[in-house]
Amino acid sequence: MVELETLQQKFGSSLTESMFRDNRRVDVPASQLFDLLSCLKSEHCFDMLVDMTAVDYLEYEGAADRFGVVYLLLNVTTGERLIVRTAVNLPNPALPSVYSLWRGANWMEREVYDMFGIVFNGHPDLRRILMPEEFAAFPLRKDYPLKGRGERHNFPVITRSGS
Amino acid sequence: MAVGLPENIFMTKLDAAASWARSNSLWPMPFATACCGIELMATAASRHDLARFGAEVMRFSPRQCDLLIVAGRVVMKMLPVLQRIWLQMPEPKWCISMGACACSGGVFDTYAVVQGVDRFIPVDMYVPGCPPRPEQLLAAVIEMQAKVRRTGTVMGKEFLARDTPMGPEPFESEERYRIQEANLVQLGNFSAAATSAGSRGANGHG
Repeated sequence: MVELETLQQKFGSSLTESMFRDNRRVDVPASQLFDLLSCLKSEHCFDMLVDMTAVDYLEYEGAADRFGVVYLLLNVTTGERLIVRTAVNLPNPALPSVYSLWRGANWMEREVYDMFGIVFNGHPDLRRILMPEEFAAFPLRKDYPLKGRGERHNFPVITRSGS
Repeated sequence: MAVGLPENIFMTKLDAAASWARSNSLWPMPFATACCGIELMATAASRHDLARFGAEVMRFSPRQCDLLIVAGRVVMKMLPVLQRIWLQMPEPKWCISMGACACSGGVFDTYAVVQGVDRFIPVDMYVPGCPPRPEQLLAAVIEMQAKVRRTGTVMGKEFLARDTPMGPEPFESEERYRIQEANLVQLGNFSAAATSAGSRGANGHG
């Protein structure tokens, strides 16, 4: 099991650890995220990125940052799991891409970009993945209305005589 | 010299003859995007047997079809595909909107789901249900046949009169309000947006 002290020796005391039920979570500043993740991969054998997603903490009680980005790692050999979290803020939420560490991050980062507008620097092909290309908003942000801003009505109407 | 008709010849109108033939050989184009598609398959399968009504020839090319069955929710990304398929179908053609989602968006009142395909393509028959039973779809096909026989013409003249969009108003008042509010925020006029949001809350519509 990777000890927090081992990581703190390398990355300083800005790393913090917390538990929720059986999930061990390490919070890291965005500036150290890539170094920490590549260390976890190369030295602690977290060879699988199970999932990666983001949370919008707008109006969340006690939240200091706007977005949390979450990486769920798995060591396939030992079955150890670790959650790495980091925070980004407006107006230009950006993180380094981890595509170079785990190829599976490709579509996950595209999805986070599509839904939250968080840019991943170094991503090979950062396009929208779920919404149409011409969609302008980021729909999973909490300040985006559930029913949209009229994008779903913005299509030509075909009448019977006109078709 | 009056010639009596032999017994095996009968007189009819061309429109009626064409409509009779068309109504008994509707070729459906299944546009199945969700669970309604499963009921559509069940309708065509042995127990319910759509073939009894001459509409069993499902083709997956719109060029060979004359009845579009929209079964399931249609999202923003799918709607241009649906419209293109509708335009690719040769005349005469009809459309059945099957299920709550295709008719009105159903429970999916979200930013990405089209709130009823009749807003964007013409619809002849609506089938309620979530999803509808196969019997309901059969009833709709039978009703569709009756409609074709009742109104059909050889040259499709009955379609020319339908020149207005069928769907409801594109925006509900609440939605229009929200868009207005969002635009105010984008322009940087925060105070105006805050005031209007406050008054809306006071009126109890928030």
